[in-house]
Amino acid sequence: MLKQTPLNASHRAAGARMVDFGGWDMPVHYGSQIDEHNAVRTDAGMFDVSHMRIVDLEGVGARDFLLYALANNVDKLKEPGKALYSCLLKPEGTVIDDLIVYFLREDFFRIVVNAGTADKDIAWLRGLLATRARKLSLEPRTDLAMIAVQGPQARAKVWRALRGTEAATAALKPFVAKRVDSEWGELFIARTGYTGEDGFEVAVTGTKAAELWRALAAVGVRPAGLGARDTLRLEAGMNLYGQDMDENVSPLESGLAWTVDLASPRDFVGKAALVDHPSSRQLIGLVLVDKGGVLRAHQTVRTDRGDGEITSGTFSPTLNQSIALARLPTGVAPGEMVRVLVRDRELAARVVKLPFARNGKSLVPPA
Amino acid sequence: MNIPANLRYTASHEWVRSEADGTVTIGITDHAQGALGDLVYLELPEVGRKVAAAEACAVVESVKAASDIYASLAGEITGVNKPVAEAPEQVNKDPYGAWLFKLRPVEPSAIANLLDARAYEASIGDE
Repeated sequence: MLKQTPLNASHRAAGARMVDFGGWDMPVHYGSQIDEHNAVRTDAGMFDVSHMRIVDLEGVGARDFLLYALANNVDKLKEPGKALYSCLLKPEGTVIDDLIVYFLREDFFRIVVNAGTADKDIAWLRGLLATRARKLSLEPRTDLAMIAVQGPQARAKVWRALRGTEAATAALKPFVAKRVDSEWGELFIARTGYTGEDGFEVAVTGTKAAELWRALAAVGVRPAGLGARDTLRLEAGMNLYGQDMDENVSPLESGLAWTVDLASPRDFVGKAALVDHPSSRQLIGLVLVDKGGVLRAHQTVRTDRGDGEITSGTFSPTLNQSIALARLPTGVAPGEMVRVLVRDRELAARVVKLPFARNGKSLVPPA
Repeated sequence: MNIPANLRYTASHEWVRSEADGTVTIGITDHAQGALGDLVYLELPEVGRKVAAAEACAVVESVKAASDIYASLAGEITGVNKPVAEAPEQVNKDPYGAWLFKLRPVEPSAIANLLDARAYEASIGDE
Protein backbone atom coordinates (compact mmCIF):
# COMPACT_ATOMS: atom_id res chain seq x y z
CA MET A 1 0.00 0.00 0.00
CA LEU A 2 1.69 3.21 -1.16
CA LYS A 3 1.67 6.31 1.04
CA GLN A 4 -0.40 9.22 -0.24
CA THR A 5 -0.17 12.95 0.33
CA PRO A 6 -3.35 15.01 0.90
CA LEU A 7 -3.08 16.06 -2.77
CA ASN A 8 -3.34 12.57 -4.25
CA ALA A 9 -6.86 13.10 -5.61
CA SER A 10 -5.86 16.51 -7.01
CA HIS A 11 -3.04 14.89 -9.01
CA ARG A 12 -5.27 12.19 -10.43
CA ALA A 13 -7.96 14.75 -11.31
CA ALA A 14 -5.31 16.73 -13.22
CA GLY A 15 -4.41 13.69 -15.31
CA ALA A 16 -1.14 12.85 -13.57
CA ARG A 17 0.85 9.77 -14.44
CA MET A 18 1.53 8.37 -10.96
CA VAL A 19 4.57 6.40 -9.87
CA ASP A 20 5.89 4.70 -6.76
CA PHE A 21 8.46 7.19 -5.47
CA GLY A 22 10.17 5.63 -2.47
CA GLY A 23 6.88 4.19 -1.21
CA TRP A 24 4.85 7.30 -2.04
CA ASP A 25 2.19 7.47 -4.80
CA MET A 26 3.41 10.59 -6.61
CA PRO A 27 2.90 12.38 -9.96
CA VAL A 28 5.82 12.06 -12.37
CA HIS A 29 4.11 14.36 -14.90
CA TYR A 30 0.68 15.63 -15.94
CA GLY A 31 1.16 15.16 -19.68
CA SER A 32 4.59 16.54 -20.55
CA GLN A 33 7.48 16.95 -18.14
CA ILE A 34 9.27 19.19 -20.63
CA ASP A 35 6.29 21.55 -20.83
CA GLU A 36 6.10 21.57 -17.01
CA HIS A 37 9.83 22.31 -16.79
CA ASN A 38 9.46 25.22 -19.21
CA ALA A 39 6.44 26.55 -17.32
CA VAL A 40 8.62 26.84 -14.19
CA ARG A 41 11.43 28.57 -16.08
CA THR A 42 9.12 31.08 -17.78
CA ASP A 43 6.02 31.46 -15.60
CA ALA A 44 4.96 29.46 -12.51
CA GLY A 45 4.65 25.77 -11.69
CA MET A 46 3.77 23.96 -8.47
CA PHE A 47 5.04 20.75 -6.91
CA ASP A 48 3.46 18.66 -4.19
CA VAL A 49 6.35 18.19 -1.77
CA SER A 50 4.24 16.93 1.12
CA HIS A 51 6.16 13.66 1.10
CA MET A 52 9.14 15.58 2.48
CA ARG A 53 9.15 15.80 6.24
CA ILE A 54 8.94 18.92 8.38
CA VAL A 55 10.42 18.30 11.82
CA ASP A 56 10.11 20.87 14.62
CA LEU A 57 12.85 21.06 17.23
CA GLU A 58 11.73 22.91 20.36
CA GLY A 59 13.12 23.75 23.77
CA VAL A 60 15.86 25.68 25.52
CA GLY A 61 19.19 24.81 23.98
CA ALA A 62 17.89 24.06 20.49
CA ARG A 63 20.55 26.27 18.88
CA ASP A 64 23.39 24.64 20.81
CA PHE A 65 22.15 21.21 19.82
CA LEU A 66 22.07 22.13 16.12
CA LEU A 67 25.54 23.71 16.35
CA TYR A 68 26.69 20.21 17.23
CA ALA A 69 24.42 18.11 15.03
CA LEU A 70 24.75 19.97 11.70
CA ALA A 71 27.78 20.51 9.47
CA ASN A 72 26.74 24.04 8.56
CA ASN A 73 26.74 26.68 11.28
CA VAL A 74 23.31 27.77 12.59
CA ASP A 75 24.94 30.80 14.23
CA LYS A 76 24.62 32.27 10.74
CA LEU A 77 20.89 32.43 11.51
CA LYS A 78 20.27 35.62 13.45
CA GLU A 79 17.11 37.00 11.84
CA PRO A 80 13.91 35.05 12.70
CA GLY A 81 12.75 33.11 9.65
CA LYS A 82 16.25 32.84 8.13
CA ALA A 83 17.08 29.45 6.57
CA LEU A 84 20.28 27.47 6.16
CA TYR A 85 21.11 24.55 3.85
CA SER A 86 23.19 21.92 5.62
CA CYS A 87 24.28 18.33 5.59
CA LEU A 88 23.66 15.97 8.45
CA LEU A 89 26.85 13.92 8.82
CA LYS A 90 27.94 10.69 10.42
CA PRO A 91 30.99 10.75 12.70
CA GLU A 92 32.89 9.28 9.71
CA GLY A 93 32.13 12.50 7.80
CA THR A 94 29.78 10.91 5.29
CA VAL A 95 26.32 12.24 4.47
CA ILE A 96 23.16 11.05 6.22
CA ASP A 97 21.00 13.64 4.43
CA ASP A 98 20.87 17.23 3.23
CA LEU A 99 18.26 19.51 4.74
CA ILE A 100 17.12 23.07 5.32
CA VAL A 101 16.82 24.46 8.84
CA TYR A 102 14.81 27.61 9.68
CA PHE A 103 15.47 29.68 12.79
CA LEU A 104 12.07 30.74 14.13
CA ARG A 105 12.83 31.38 17.84
CA GLU A 106 15.76 30.57 20.08
CA ASP A 107 13.70 27.65 21.35
CA PHE A 108 12.15 26.71 17.99
CA PHE A 109 13.93 25.59 14.82
CA ARG A 110 12.09 24.00 11.89
CA ILE A 111 13.92 21.41 9.80
CA VAL A 112 12.84 20.03 6.41
CA VAL A 113 14.32 16.66 5.43
CA ASN A 114 13.97 14.40 2.39
CA ALA A 115 11.10 11.95 2.11
CA GLY A 116 13.17 8.82 1.70
CA THR A 117 15.45 9.60 4.63
CA ALA A 118 12.96 11.12 7.09
CA ASP A 119 12.69 8.08 9.35
CA LYS A 120 16.45 7.59 9.36
CA ASP A 121 17.11 11.28 10.09
CA ILE A 122 14.60 11.43 12.92
CA ALA A 123 16.01 8.29 14.53
CA TRP A 124 19.54 9.69 14.23
CA LEU A 125 18.57 13.06 15.74
CA ARG A 126 16.66 11.36 18.58
CA GLY A 127 19.77 9.33 19.31
CA LEU A 128 21.87 12.48 19.52
CA LEU A 129 19.26 14.24 21.67
CA ALA A 130 19.17 11.37 24.13
CA THR A 131 22.86 11.85 24.86
CA ARG A 132 23.14 15.61 24.59
CA ALA A 133 19.82 17.43 25.08
CA ARG A 134 17.13 15.29 26.62
CA LYS A 135 14.91 18.30 27.32
CA LEU A 136 14.40 19.18 23.64
CA SER A 137 11.39 17.86 21.74
CA LEU A 138 11.56 16.70 18.14
CA GLU A 139 8.18 16.59 16.44
CA PRO A 140 7.66 15.26 12.92
CA ARG A 141 4.84 17.35 11.46
CA THR A 142 2.97 14.71 9.49
CA ASP A 143 -0.10 16.95 9.84
CA LEU A 144 1.40 19.45 7.37
CA ALA A 145 1.36 19.40 3.57
CA MET A 146 3.69 21.49 1.42
CA ILE A 147 3.39 22.99 -2.06
CA ALA A 148 6.42 24.48 -3.82
CA VAL A 149 5.41 27.26 -6.23
CA GLN A 150 8.35 28.15 -8.46
CA GLY A 151 9.07 30.45 -11.38
CA PRO A 152 9.41 34.15 -12.21
CA GLN A 153 5.65 34.63 -11.69
CA ALA A 154 5.40 32.31 -8.69
CA ARG A 155 5.30 34.84 -5.89
CA ALA A 156 2.88 37.14 -7.75
CA LYS A 157 0.55 34.21 -8.38
CA VAL A 158 0.75 33.02 -4.77
CA TRP A 159 -0.30 36.51 -3.67
CA ARG A 160 -3.17 36.50 -6.16
CA ALA A 161 -4.38 33.06 -5.13
CA LEU A 162 -3.85 33.27 -1.38
CA ARG A 163 -5.57 36.43 -0.22
CA GLY A 164 -3.87 38.20 2.64
CA THR A 165 -0.40 36.76 2.13
CA GLU A 166 1.08 39.59 0.09
CA ALA A 167 1.31 42.15 2.87
CA ALA A 168 3.11 39.69 5.12
CA THR A 169 5.53 38.28 2.55
CA ALA A 170 6.17 40.98 -0.07
CA ALA A 171 9.39 41.97 1.70
CA LEU A 172 10.56 38.42 2.44
CA LYS A 173 14.15 38.03 1.25
CA PRO A 174 15.47 34.86 -0.41
CA PHE A 175 16.06 32.03 2.08
CA VAL A 176 13.76 33.50 4.70
CA ALA A 177 10.39 32.16 5.91
CA LYS A 178 7.43 33.60 7.73
CA ARG A 179 4.37 32.18 9.47
CA VAL A 180 1.24 33.89 8.19
CA ASP A 181 -2.33 33.63 9.45
CA SER A 182 -4.84 32.99 6.68
CA GLU A 183 -8.29 31.63 5.99
CA TRP A 184 -6.63 28.18 5.71
CA GLY A 185 -5.03 28.42 9.14
CA GLU A 186 -1.37 29.16 9.69
CA LEU A 187 0.70 29.10 6.51
CA PHE A 188 4.48 28.70 6.65
CA ILE A 189 5.76 30.58 3.61
CA ALA A 190 9.45 30.24 2.73
CA ARG A 191 11.24 31.95 -0.13
CA THR A 192 13.16 28.80 -0.94
CA GLY A 193 13.06 26.16 -3.65
CA TYR A 194 14.75 23.41 -5.58
CA THR A 195 14.57 24.77 -9.11
CA GLY A 196 16.93 27.73 -9.43
CA GLU A 197 13.93 30.03 -9.87
CA ASP A 198 12.35 32.42 -7.38
CA GLY A 199 9.24 31.27 -5.54
CA PHE A 200 7.66 30.18 -2.29
CA GLU A 201 7.38 26.83 -0.57
CA VAL A 202 4.11 26.91 1.36
CA ALA A 203 3.33 24.57 4.24
CA VAL A 204 -0.30 24.29 5.29
CA THR A 205 -2.32 21.92 7.41
CA GLY A 206 -3.00 18.81 5.37
CA THR A 207 -6.78 19.13 5.39
CA LYS A 208 -6.52 22.49 3.55
CA ALA A 209 -3.92 21.45 0.98
CA ALA A 210 -6.34 20.59 -1.82
CA GLU A 211 -8.05 23.99 -1.47
CA LEU A 212 -4.72 25.78 -1.76
CA TRP A 213 -3.77 23.69 -4.80
CA ARG A 214 -7.09 24.55 -6.45
CA ALA A 215 -6.69 28.26 -5.68
CA LEU A 216 -3.20 28.25 -7.19
CA ALA A 217 -4.32 26.35 -10.29
CA ALA A 218 -7.15 28.87 -10.74
CA VAL A 219 -4.65 31.73 -11.17
CA GLY A 220 -2.62 29.78 -13.72
CA VAL A 221 0.03 28.00 -11.67
CA ARG A 222 0.81 24.81 -13.59
CA PRO A 223 0.99 21.47 -11.75
CA ALA A 224 4.48 20.02 -12.26
CA GLY A 225 5.65 16.52 -11.42
CA LEU A 226 8.76 14.74 -10.21
CA GLY A 227 10.12 14.47 -13.74
CA ALA A 228 10.29 18.24 -14.14
CA ARG A 229 11.53 18.58 -10.56
CA ASP A 230 14.58 16.52 -11.47
CA THR A 231 15.45 18.33 -14.71
CA LEU A 232 15.00 21.70 -13.00
CA ARG A 233 17.18 20.94 -9.97
CA LEU A 234 19.91 19.42 -12.14
CA GLU A 235 20.00 22.50 -14.37
CA ALA A 236 20.28 24.54 -11.16
CA GLY A 237 23.26 22.46 -10.06
CA MET A 238 21.47 21.17 -6.96
CA ASN A 239 22.30 17.79 -5.45
CA LEU A 240 19.85 14.95 -4.97
CA TYR A 241 20.46 12.84 -1.86
CA GLY A 242 20.77 9.19 -2.66
CA GLN A 243 22.27 9.90 -6.08
CA ASP A 244 24.83 12.70 -5.81
CA MET A 245 25.74 11.85 -2.24
CA ASP A 246 24.98 9.14 0.30
CA GLU A 247 26.46 7.56 3.39
CA ASN A 248 29.51 6.43 1.43
CA VAL A 249 30.81 9.85 0.47
CA SER A 250 31.76 13.07 2.22
CA PRO A 251 30.29 16.49 1.42
CA LEU A 252 33.75 17.58 0.24
CA GLU A 253 33.59 15.18 -2.71
CA SER A 254 29.95 16.06 -3.41
CA GLY A 255 30.25 19.72 -4.28
CA LEU A 256 29.08 20.62 -0.77
CA ALA A 257 32.24 21.94 0.87
CA TRP A 258 30.57 25.36 0.90
CA THR A 259 27.91 23.98 3.28
CA VAL A 260 30.43 22.65 5.79
CA ASP A 261 31.77 25.22 8.23
CA LEU A 262 35.18 23.94 9.26
CA ALA A 263 36.45 27.40 10.13
CA SER A 264 34.62 28.05 13.38
CA PRO A 265 35.94 26.47 16.62
CA ARG A 266 32.70 24.59 17.37
CA ASP A 267 32.78 20.83 17.35
CA PHE A 268 30.16 19.05 15.26
CA VAL A 269 29.42 15.47 14.25
CA GLY A 270 31.76 14.54 11.40
CA LYS A 271 34.17 17.48 11.83
CA ALA A 272 37.19 15.41 12.86
CA ALA A 273 36.87 13.20 9.79
CA LEU A 274 36.86 16.19 7.43
CA VAL A 275 39.36 18.63 8.95
CA ASP A 276 42.75 18.23 7.23
CA HIS A 277 41.34 15.52 4.96
CA PRO A 278 41.16 17.11 1.50
CA SER A 279 39.32 14.91 -0.93
CA SER A 280 40.78 13.39 -4.07
CA ARG A 281 37.44 13.59 -5.88
CA GLN A 282 35.07 16.41 -6.75
CA LEU A 283 31.52 16.74 -8.02
CA ILE A 284 31.41 18.80 -11.19
CA GLY A 285 29.14 19.51 -14.17
CA LEU A 286 29.25 17.93 -17.63
CA VAL A 287 27.47 18.80 -20.87
CA LEU A 288 27.29 16.18 -23.61
CA VAL A 289 28.84 17.46 -26.83
CA ASP A 290 28.65 14.38 -29.12
CA LYS A 291 25.26 13.10 -30.25
CA GLY A 292 24.51 9.57 -29.13
CA GLY A 293 22.24 9.47 -26.12
CA VAL A 294 21.62 10.94 -22.71
CA LEU A 295 24.05 11.18 -19.79
CA ARG A 296 22.80 9.04 -16.92
CA ALA A 297 23.78 7.97 -13.40
CA HIS A 298 26.53 5.35 -13.15
CA GLN A 299 27.99 5.90 -16.62
CA THR A 300 31.79 5.79 -16.54
CA VAL A 301 33.67 8.99 -17.32
CA ARG A 302 37.23 8.82 -18.73
CA THR A 303 39.50 11.79 -17.92
CA ASP A 304 43.22 12.53 -18.26
CA ARG A 305 43.49 12.08 -14.49
CA GLY A 306 41.63 8.77 -14.26
CA ASP A 307 38.09 7.49 -14.36
CA GLY A 308 35.05 8.90 -12.64
CA GLU A 309 31.31 8.31 -12.67
CA ILE A 310 28.16 10.25 -13.43
CA THR A 311 25.95 10.58 -10.34
CA SER A 312 22.96 12.32 -11.97
CA GLY A 313 22.24 12.87 -15.65
CA THR A 314 19.36 14.02 -17.78
CA PHE A 315 18.32 15.98 -20.84
CA SER A 316 18.17 19.71 -20.14
CA PRO A 317 15.24 21.42 -21.84
CA THR A 318 16.72 24.87 -21.17
CA LEU A 319 20.11 24.02 -22.73
CA ASN A 320 18.60 21.57 -25.25
CA GLN A 321 21.40 19.13 -24.49
CA SER A 322 22.21 16.42 -22.02
CA ILE A 323 23.79 17.50 -18.71
CA ALA A 324 25.13 15.65 -15.71
CA LEU A 325 26.81 15.85 -12.33
CA ALA A 326 29.85 13.62 -12.15
CA ARG A 327 32.27 12.59 -9.42
CA LEU A 328 35.69 12.99 -11.04
CA PRO A 329 39.29 13.14 -9.83
CA THR A 330 40.22 16.58 -8.45
CA GLY A 331 42.21 18.60 -10.95
CA VAL A 332 39.82 18.09 -13.84
CA ALA A 333 38.77 21.66 -14.64
CA PRO A 334 35.91 23.49 -16.40
CA GLY A 335 36.55 23.78 -20.11
CA GLU A 336 38.30 20.41 -20.36
CA MET A 337 36.91 17.57 -22.45
CA VAL A 338 36.19 14.10 -21.07
CA ARG A 339 34.71 10.91 -22.55
CA VAL A 340 31.56 9.23 -21.25
CA LEU A 341 30.71 5.58 -21.88
CA VAL A 342 27.14 5.61 -23.23
CA ARG A 343 25.97 2.16 -24.27
CA ASP A 344 29.01 0.85 -26.16
CA ARG A 345 30.49 4.16 -27.33
CA GLU A 346 32.70 6.90 -25.88
CA LEU A 347 30.97 10.25 -26.29
CA ALA A 348 32.69 13.58 -25.79
CA ALA A 349 31.50 15.80 -22.94
CA ARG A 350 32.77 19.13 -21.66
CA VAL A 351 33.38 19.96 -17.99
CA VAL A 352 31.46 23.07 -16.91
CA LYS A 353 31.00 25.13 -13.77
CA LEU A 354 27.68 24.90 -11.99
CA PRO A 355 24.91 25.89 -12.27
CA PHE A 356 23.97 25.10 -15.84
CA ALA A 357 21.09 27.60 -15.85
CA ARG A 358 19.72 30.43 -13.75
CA ASN A 359 16.65 32.68 -14.08
CA GLY A 360 15.45 30.73 -17.08
CA LYS A 361 18.68 31.11 -19.08
CA SER A 362 21.56 28.81 -19.91
CA LEU A 363 24.88 29.83 -18.32
CA VAL A 364 26.92 27.37 -20.35
CA PRO A 365 29.07 29.01 -23.03
CA PRO A 366 28.54 27.49 -26.49
CA ALA A 367 31.14 24.88 -27.48
CA MET B 1 -5.67 4.07 -25.44
CA ASN B 2 -5.10 4.45 -29.16
CA ILE B 3 -4.57 1.07 -30.89
CA PRO B 4 -5.42 1.25 -34.63
CA ALA B 5 -7.17 -1.89 -35.85
CA ASN B 6 -5.34 -2.05 -39.19
CA LEU B 7 -1.87 -2.53 -37.65
CA ARG B 8 -0.02 -5.47 -36.13
CA TYR B 9 1.84 -5.26 -32.83
CA THR B 10 4.58 -6.84 -30.76
CA ALA B 11 4.78 -7.46 -27.03
CA SER B 12 7.66 -4.95 -27.00
CA HIS B 13 5.27 -2.19 -28.14
CA GLU B 14 6.22 -1.77 -31.78
CA TRP B 15 3.49 -1.37 -34.39
CA VAL B 16 3.95 -2.91 -37.84
CA ARG B 17 2.15 -1.92 -41.08
CA SER B 18 2.25 -3.90 -44.34
CA GLU B 19 2.88 -1.76 -47.40
CA ALA B 20 1.76 -2.48 -50.97
CA ASP B 21 5.38 -2.89 -52.12
CA GLY B 22 5.97 -5.77 -49.73
CA THR B 23 7.92 -3.80 -47.15
CA VAL B 24 6.71 -3.16 -43.59
CA THR B 25 6.80 0.13 -41.69
CA ILE B 26 7.58 0.04 -37.97
CA GLY B 27 7.08 2.51 -35.13
CA ILE B 28 6.25 2.51 -31.42
CA THR B 29 2.75 2.52 -29.98
CA ASP B 30 0.85 5.20 -28.11
CA HIS B 31 1.23 3.09 -24.96
CA ALA B 32 5.01 3.02 -25.42
CA GLN B 33 5.40 6.77 -25.97
CA GLY B 34 3.23 7.48 -22.91
CA ALA B 35 5.26 5.13 -20.76
CA LEU B 36 8.57 6.59 -21.94
CA GLY B 37 7.62 10.24 -21.57
CA ASP B 38 9.10 13.09 -23.59
CA LEU B 39 11.53 11.63 -26.15
CA VAL B 40 14.79 13.50 -26.60
CA TYR B 41 17.00 11.16 -28.64
CA LEU B 42 16.42 8.63 -31.38
CA GLU B 43 19.02 6.42 -33.07
CA LEU B 44 17.89 4.59 -36.20
CA PRO B 45 19.56 1.66 -38.00
CA GLU B 46 21.61 1.99 -41.18
CA VAL B 47 19.73 1.41 -44.43
CA GLY B 48 20.88 -1.92 -45.84
CA ARG B 49 21.43 -3.54 -42.43
CA LYS B 50 20.14 -7.09 -42.17
CA VAL B 51 18.28 -7.77 -38.96
CA ALA B 52 16.91 -10.86 -37.25
CA ALA B 53 13.39 -11.03 -35.86
CA ALA B 54 13.33 -9.43 -32.37
CA GLU B 55 16.83 -8.00 -32.84
CA ALA B 56 17.37 -4.63 -31.16
CA CYS B 57 18.11 -2.23 -34.02
CA ALA B 58 17.12 1.25 -32.80
CA VAL B 59 17.20 3.18 -29.55
CA VAL B 60 14.86 5.80 -28.14
CA GLU B 61 15.76 7.86 -25.10
CA SER B 62 13.33 9.86 -23.07
CA VAL B 63 14.35 12.18 -20.30
CA LYS B 64 14.05 9.35 -17.83
CA ALA B 65 15.07 6.16 -19.67
CA ALA B 66 16.62 4.53 -22.73
CA SER B 67 14.70 1.83 -24.56
CA ASP B 68 15.61 -0.55 -27.36
CA ILE B 69 13.37 -0.89 -30.41
CA TYR B 70 13.22 -4.35 -31.95
CA ALA B 71 13.03 -5.33 -35.61
CA SER B 72 9.76 -7.34 -35.25
CA LEU B 73 10.53 -9.37 -38.39
CA ALA B 74 13.75 -10.67 -39.95
CA GLY B 75 14.75 -8.71 -43.04
CA GLU B 76 16.71 -5.80 -44.48
CA ILE B 77 16.31 -2.15 -43.49
CA THR B 78 15.09 -0.21 -46.55
CA GLY B 79 14.40 3.21 -45.08
CA VAL B 80 14.63 5.34 -41.94
CA ASN B 81 12.69 8.43 -40.91
CA LYS B 82 15.47 11.02 -40.69
CA PRO B 83 13.20 14.03 -39.88
CA VAL B 84 11.83 12.19 -36.84
CA ALA B 85 15.36 11.32 -35.72
CA GLU B 86 16.02 15.07 -35.66
CA ALA B 87 12.76 15.77 -33.80
CA PRO B 88 12.03 12.79 -31.52
CA GLU B 89 9.18 14.63 -29.79
CA GLN B 90 7.12 13.94 -32.93
CA VAL B 91 6.83 10.35 -31.75
CA ASN B 92 5.08 11.54 -28.58
CA LYS B 93 2.75 13.78 -30.57
CA ASP B 94 1.90 11.29 -33.34
CA PRO B 95 3.18 7.77 -32.59
CA TYR B 96 1.45 6.14 -35.58
CA GLY B 97 2.38 8.90 -38.04
CA ALA B 98 5.99 9.27 -36.86
CA TRP B 99 7.27 5.95 -38.23
CA LEU B 100 10.84 4.94 -37.41
CA PHE B 101 12.12 2.53 -40.07
CA LYS B 102 11.02 0.32 -42.95
CA LEU B 103 12.22 -3.17 -43.73
CA ARG B 104 11.76 -5.81 -46.41
CA PRO B 105 10.91 -9.03 -44.51
CA VAL B 106 12.59 -12.30 -45.41
CA GLU B 107 9.20 -13.98 -44.88
CA PRO B 108 6.27 -11.62 -45.58
CA SER B 109 3.76 -14.12 -44.19
CA ALA B 110 5.42 -13.87 -40.77
CA ILE B 111 3.51 -10.64 -40.15
CA ALA B 112 0.44 -12.79 -39.46
CA ASN B 113 2.24 -14.17 -36.39
CA LEU B 114 2.32 -10.73 -34.76
CA LEU B 115 -0.39 -9.58 -32.34
CA ASP B 116 -3.53 -8.03 -33.74
CA ALA B 117 -5.03 -4.94 -32.11
CA ARG B 118 -7.23 -6.92 -29.74
CA ALA B 119 -4.39 -9.19 -28.60
CA TYR B 120 -2.07 -6.18 -28.09
CA GLU B 121 -4.71 -4.40 -26.07
CA ALA B 122 -5.11 -7.46 -23.88
CA SER B 123 -1.35 -7.70 -23.42
CA ILE B 124 -0.98 -4.13 -22.17
CA GLY B 125 -4.01 -4.50 -19.95
CA ASP B 126 -1.85 -6.71 -17.79
CA GLU B 127 0.93 -4.10 -17.41
